[in-house]
Amino acid sequence: MLAGEHGPANKRAMEILVALGKIYAAEELVPVASVQVAGVSYGNLGQAGLEFIQEWAEQGAGVRVPTTLNPAGMDLEAWEQLGVPEEYAQSQLGIIDAYRAMGIAPSCSCTPYLVGKGPGFGQHIAWSESSAVSYANSVLGARTNREGGPSALAAAITGRTAKYGLHLEKNRQARHLVQVNCALESVADFGALGYIVGREVEDAIPYFRIDPPGKPGLEELKALGAAMAASGAVALYHIEGTTPEAKAHTVLADDAVPVIIEDLDEGYEALDGTAQEIDLVWIGCPHASLRELAQVAALLGGRPTRAKLWITTARAVLGEATVRGLVEMIEGSGGQVVADACLIGAPVQEMGLSTVATNSAKAAFYLHGHHHLEVRFGPLHRCVEAAVKGRWPG
Amino acid sequence: MKLIGRAIKEGRAEGEALVSHEPLGFFGGVDPETGVVIEPGHELEGDCIAGTILVFPRGKGSTVGSYTLYRLRKEGLAPAGIVNSQSEAIVAVGAIISEIPMVDRIDLFQIQTGDEVTIDGDTVEVVRPARRN
Repeated sequence: MLAGEHGPANKRAMEILVALGKIYAAEELVPVASVQVAGVSYGNLGQAGLEFIQEWAEQGAGVRVPTTLNPAGMDLEAWEQLGVPEEYAQSQLGIIDAYRAMGIAPSCSCTPYLVGKGPGFGQHIAWSESSAVSYANSVLGARTNREGGPSALAAAITGRTAKYGLHLEKNRQARHLVQVNCALESVADFGALGYIVGREVEDAIPYFRIDPPGKPGLEELKALGAAMAASGAVALYHIEGTTPEAKAHTVLADDAVPVIIEDLDEGYEALDGTAQEIDLVWIGCPHASLRELAQVAALLGGRPTRAKLWITTARAVLGEATVRGLVEMIEGSGGQVVADACLIGAPVQEMGLSTVATNSAKAAFYLHGHHHLEVRFGPLHRCVEAAVKGRWPG
Repeated sequence: MKLIGRAIKEGRAEGEALVSHEPLGFFGGVDPETGVVIEPGHELEGDCIAGTILVFPRGKGSTVGSYTLYRLRKEGLAPAGIVNSQSEAIVAVGAIISEIPMVDRIDLFQIQTGDEVTIDGDTVEVVRPARRN
């Protein structure tokens, strides 16, 4: 393949894997069960990325393993009614077409584990999106490094990845013991905790001992991982009594550095601003589960909204929510369930938004840092109240 | 002088060295429309990397930097070749997709800005031009 007998696209894909193998001293390539490719939203990828993907598609690149995409910068079907500029939309659709030509289904989501059967314990995969990498490694016990866009594509084209980093058991031990001594009551609390810990441990692996331990669900776990991957570069965490590797065997190093969390103030102070008027309430970072859509519908209770309310989710989850009548309930209040998209890669300023409320620590972190928006950050019930009143509830 | 490193992207390239001892991030750090380093306070701020043999320890910053390198190449503003001390994924992948010869594991202190450098596979040949008055 390296000699180019399968065409320039395959040759280049193998070159990428071999180079990464060299750099990170991998002894071999390992087959992957699935690939998730970042570099989808036009906002993040730009013209250069679009041209690169088109060139690769024109050279006949095709994927060998099930491959999905990260979110795009807009709903691929309902972009016009959401106010996305035409020029942006055409470039975004061009990116999707190029990926489709490679045989990638345009399932654009940061939560591929909520669609179909996710990867199993110990399975090797090559995923890109930082929050999905964290969820797959930590909650499912699958094994992936955080791939860049081209290296994930290279894995999809060859069906393999270089075996280094988190693919190796010896690199999955935690060297930080995070003792949490405060109650965690909401998805926002888990996000605030993740923000604090990500800053503290940077790219290391934290092991959580939470008192009281509670029973965090997938929504809490995806919020925790997403926040740690945003404020730091955490790709794997363990929770005592909860995550599968922590249950299966010892994953805490003997000489682990202790980190003690007595409260979440640092997280809320950093992420929650002071804006009163709210333009948009954004739920679904990472993409909302069916349960979260049901919670929003119940909290709205049929009341009309004054602020815009967008819940981003995977298209397959949107389909399930439609069948269950949740989309009708949310839209009846004036909210919108947006598929395929992420607001972080979206043209938010051009869409006339300046204040956003969210229950996602990751969203708050990037909207503030990347788009310079004013952000309110708090639990879901307060966000839904903000949507109804058009103001952050006092 | 001949230095032997490790080929990250095989190939041959010639150019004048532009040397920095600071890591360089391409996304946000290099203007893709001019090829000029724009990271405030960077050792190379204001320098154009187009056509040079760009010598720096390693990449840094966003993984989108791989695509920035590709765009520079499309605009004719990419470096002719890259020499690193220790390569990482962003620049390595960027060099491969942009077909820019690249070598790492080189002692950067053997090269000065203005040297005539030839990369060939894993070899970096450095010729210091006679000082002009």
